[in-house]
Amino acid sequence: MSEIIVVTSGKGGVGKTTTTANIGAGLAALGHKVVLVDADIGLRNLDVVLGLENRIVYDITDVTEGHCRLRQALIKDKRYEGLFLLPAAQTKDKTAVNPEQMKKLCGELAAEFEYVIIDCPAGIEQGFRNAIAGAQKAIVVTTPEVAAVRDADRVIGLLEAAELRNPALIINRIRPKMVRHGDMMGIEDIIDILAVDLLGVVPEDELVVISTNRGETVVSDERSRSGQAYRNIVRRIKGEAVPMMNLDDSGFLGRLRRIIGLK
Amino acid sequence: MFEFLARVFGRETTASKNVAKERLRLVLVHDRAGVSPQLLETLKNELIKVISNYMDIDEKALEVSLETSEDQVALVASIPVRGMKRIPKELASSI
Ligand SMILES: Nc1ncnc2c1ncn2[C@@H]1O[C@H](COP(=O)(O)OP(=O)(O)O)[C@@H](O)[C@H]1O
Ligand SMILES: [Mg+2]
Repeated sequence: MSEIIVVTSGKGGVGKTTTTANIGAGLAALGHKVVLVDADIGLRNLDVVLGLENRIVYDITDVTEGHCRLRQALIKDKRYEGLFLLPAAQTKDKTAVNPEQMKKLCGELAAEFEYVIIDCPAGIEQGFRNAIAGAQKAIVVTTPEVAAVRDADRVIGLLEAAELRNPALIINRIRPKMVRHGDMMGIEDIIDILAVDLLGVVPEDELVVISTNRGETVVSDERSRSGQAYRNIVRRIKGEAVPMMNLDDSGFLGRLRRIIGLK
Repeated sequence: MFEFLARVFGRETTASKNVAKERLRLVLVHDRAGVSPQLLETLKNELIKVISNYMDIDEKALEVSLETSEDQVALVASIPVRGMKRIPKELASSI
């Protein structure tokens, strides 16, 4: 049994690519066979986030146009046995692929991999329609901002119209201190409004930026809070019931916990 | 100073998150009511069909729109009536 999951958001810059990379690496770290598909054609990103940019020979459009076989276009990550990337084309645009081709491609990947995870471009136009065409499930990423949640709401409507029901929500870049001070919408506020299931909450974390700079994924950083958040998300995707972690780390105990490396 | 105290004691009225939440709620009321012009046109034609069974209306002057106010959305129809139709007996008694 394989799962084909699209990671989408409507708004750009909320963390789709970061989420895709970390979920992929996290699943692979647990021994699963995973392929990540960069569907952001024209704005290739996932390769650099994963540190695989120097190894690309063929891309997704080479496959759909028949210039190479699917296998040839897949890049194997050397750090995680079982993690592969199908890169986007950089020099073409969204119209280079159509939903029918994506469906076929996803079907072929699902025959080889346990998880097919698709990194969706921002927007709700053709790039979005391509990215969701072959998916069976959707993860919607948002941040605690009015514009991001509004776009998430729109995308949830479009996903449901496309028969991708019950998308799961990830709230990214939450800042517990601001939430506590009433200066940022919290988890309940957002869930209230969007009325969807919560898959996880990822705190704002410098370590995301630092690891991304290096082409690494924070999910493998045992001591980072965002990494812990992603590891929890990965286990929830596998069907485990993992309680939401306590993000508020401000008190004395929180600091102590952090110092001694307990999360 | 008052701001500061209000914050310390968690007074929520000025909290920007509440402003964000309220703005979001309103914008979504409008977004979710977002109906395409085609759908409105279809709705209009169906309305004309139904209402014409009972009244003689001025189709050209008929207007249908979704109006969004503060915190709700209303379907507003302005339908000038030219005259009433003579409703068949059996139909009238069943109404
Ligand atoms: N939890 C986080 N903490 C800090 N920075 C983050 C976090 N999530 C994402 N970012 C940063 O935000 C930027 C946008 O993320 P990205 O995954 O590229 O978004 P998208 O794919 O939705 O456009 C990147 O620079 C990324 O490193
Ligand atoms: Mg991206």
